[in-house]
Amino acid sequence: MSEIRNYTLNFGPQHPAAHGVLRLVLEMDGEVIERADPHIGLLHRATEKLAETKPFNQSMPYMDRLDYVSMMCNEHAYVMAVEKLLGITPPIRAQYIRVLFDEITRILNHMLWIGSHSLDVGAMTMFLYAFREREDLMDCYEAVSGARLHAAYYRVGGVYRDLPDRMPQYKLQTMPNHSAKDIERMNGNRQGSLLDFIEDFTNRFPTYVDEYETLLTDNRIWKQRTVGIGVVSPERAQQLGFSGPMLRGSGIAWDLRKKQPYETYADLDFDIPVGVNGDCYDRYLVRIEELRQSNHIIKQCVDWLRKNPGPVILDDHKISPPKREDMKGDMESLIHHFKLCTEGYCVPQGEAYAAIEHPKGEFGIYIVSDGANKPYRMKIRAPGFAHLASMDEMSRGHMLADVVAIIGTQDIVFGEIDR
Amino acid sequence: MSNNVVDYLQRLTLSELFKGMGVTGRYLFEPKITVQYPEEKTPLSHRFRGHHALRRYPNGEERCIACKLCEAVCPALAITIEAEPRADGSRRTTRYDVDMYKCIFCGFCEEACPVDAIVETSKFEYHGEIRGDLVMTKEKLLAIGDELEASIAANRALDAPYR
Repeated sequence: MSEIRNYTLNFGPQHPAAHGVLRLVLEMDGEVIERADPHIGLLHRATEKLAETKPFNQSMPYMDRLDYVSMMCNEHAYVMAVEKLLGITPPIRAQYIRVLFDEITRILNHMLWIGSHSLDVGAMTMFLYAFREREDLMDCYEAVSGARLHAAYYRVGGVYRDLPDRMPQYKLQTMPNHSAKDIERMNGNRQGSLLDFIEDFTNRFPTYVDEYETLLTDNRIWKQRTVGIGVVSPERAQQLGFSGPMLRGSGIAWDLRKKQPYETYADLDFDIPVGVNGDCYDRYLVRIEELRQSNHIIKQCVDWLRKNPGPVILDDHKISPPKREDMKGDMESLIHHFKLCTEGYCVPQGEAYAAIEHPKGEFGIYIVSDGANKPYRMKIRAPGFAHLASMDEMSRGHMLADVVAIIGTQDIVFGEIDR
Repeated sequence: MSNNVVDYLQRLTLSELFKGMGVTGRYLFEPKITVQYPEEKTPLSHRFRGHHALRRYPNGEERCIACKLCEAVCPALAITIEAEPRADGSRRTTRYDVDMYKCIFCGFCEEACPVDAIVETSKFEYHGEIRGDLVMTKEKLLAIGDELEASIAANRALDAPYR
C-alpha cells in the first residue's frame, strides 16, 4: 500500500473567502493544514513610489485606496505625517471632525469585517444587517465629502469643508415603488443637519449591536467555528508585530488612542476592550465592544461640534488654499491658490513618522523629505501585512475550514497589504 | 450548580438559536429598506463628485480660460489641455480632454478651477461602447454641462458658504 502524501492546495486568488486577491498555498495532510504560505502582491499599485513623484497635496487621494474599507483613517495618517514635518497643528474643530470621521470609519470597517467574517463562517443574515448600517454611514461620507468611499476629505492643516447643514432627501419622483408615507418615514432623520443624522444613527446603533450579539455571541455554530481557533499568546502577538484588535484580542491593552493620544482623543472618554484567550472568538468580542466605544466617541464629538463652530482648516495660505471668494476677489489669494495647485508647498528637510489607531491596527506613514515639494521617500506601515505574516503560525494544525475563519478574524484588506 | 442547570437547559432547548431567529423573524414584518435601483434612486449629496462637465456663462460663452490649473493639480494626470488665442483675441482651449479611464474622482480639478468651469456633476451613470468612448472631449463635456446646468448651479450655490 502506498503511503498517503501531503498535497498542496491553492486557495485563491479568486476564492470568494480569500478577501480580495490573497493566494494561499496550503500544504495539507488530509484536511489538516501543515503549512500555509500566503503569496501577496497581486494588488500592488506602487503607491509609495507614486507618492514620490507627486506634490504632497496630490498624494492624499491615493491614501484612500490603500485600505479601501477605512478610507479616512488612511488619509489621517498621511496628513498627520505631513503636518508633523511642517510643524503645524490643525484647528481644534478640524481635529474633532477628524476624530468623528475616524470613528465612523472604524464602525464602517468593523461592519464590513463582521459581515464578511460571519458570511465566511456561514451566518448570512449578519452580512445584510451590517450593510444596512454601512449605508447610513456612507451617506455621512457622501454628505461631507461628495464620495461614498474615496473621500479625499482630510487636508494638511485641517479638513476640506465644514459639515453640511442639510442632508439629501428621498424624493417621490425618484422612488416610484414607495408611497408618500414611506418617503416621509425614510426622510425622518434627514430633516436636520449632518450632525443630527449622525446623532440619530448613534441612538439607533447600540440596538443594532445588541441584535448582532443576539445572532452571534451565544450562537453554538458561531462558537464552534471561532472558539479556540487561531490562538495567539500575548507574547507571540507582540513578537509577530500585531496591533489593533488582533493584539487586544490576545490580552494586551495597547491602543495608540490611549498610549500616544493624537488629535483630541486625550479629552474623550472611552475604554479599550481587551480579550483573554487570543482566539477568533475573543477578537470578535473585542471588535463588537469597539463598535460600542466608537459609538460613544461619536456622540461626544457630535456634542462638541454642535457647541463649537469655528475654522476647519488653517488660515495659512502657504499650506491651505484661501477661500474661493477671496481667491476670486484678491490678487494675493489668487497667487496663493495658483502656487498651491501647481507646485504645492515645500516641506522642511527631515523625516517624520505618524501612526494612528486604524480600525485594523497601527497604520503609519513614514516620510523622508529632502526639502522639496515631494517626499524623498514614503513608507506605509500597514497593520494587515504583519497580521497576514502570521497566517502560517495561526492556521497550522487547524482544518481547512478554519483558515477561512482565520482570514476573517485577521481582517485582511489587500489594498494596504500590497499597496 | 443552578447556573449549570440553567446553562444545560438553555443549550438543550436551542434557546440562543430561537432568540436569533426571533431577530430575523421580527425583520420579516419591518418596512423593507431595499431600493429597486434602476427604477428608484437614493438621494445624492449636493457635494457629490460624479462625471465631469464644462460650464458656460449665462450668455453662452464658455467659462474655461485655459489656465491649465486643473491639468497641473490632477493627481492622475487625466486632463490634457491645448490652448491658443481665439479670433477675438481671448484665450480659449482648443482641446480639453478628461480621460475617464484615468480619473480617480478626487475633485481637485473643481477645487482648482478659478472660474468654476470644470465641475464634477451628480451624473454617475455613463458608459462607453467602443474603446476611447470614455475619453471626454471638450464638446462632450460642454454638452453635459449644458444639459445639467440647473443642477450644477443649484448644488454650487448650496455649497458656496463652505468653500
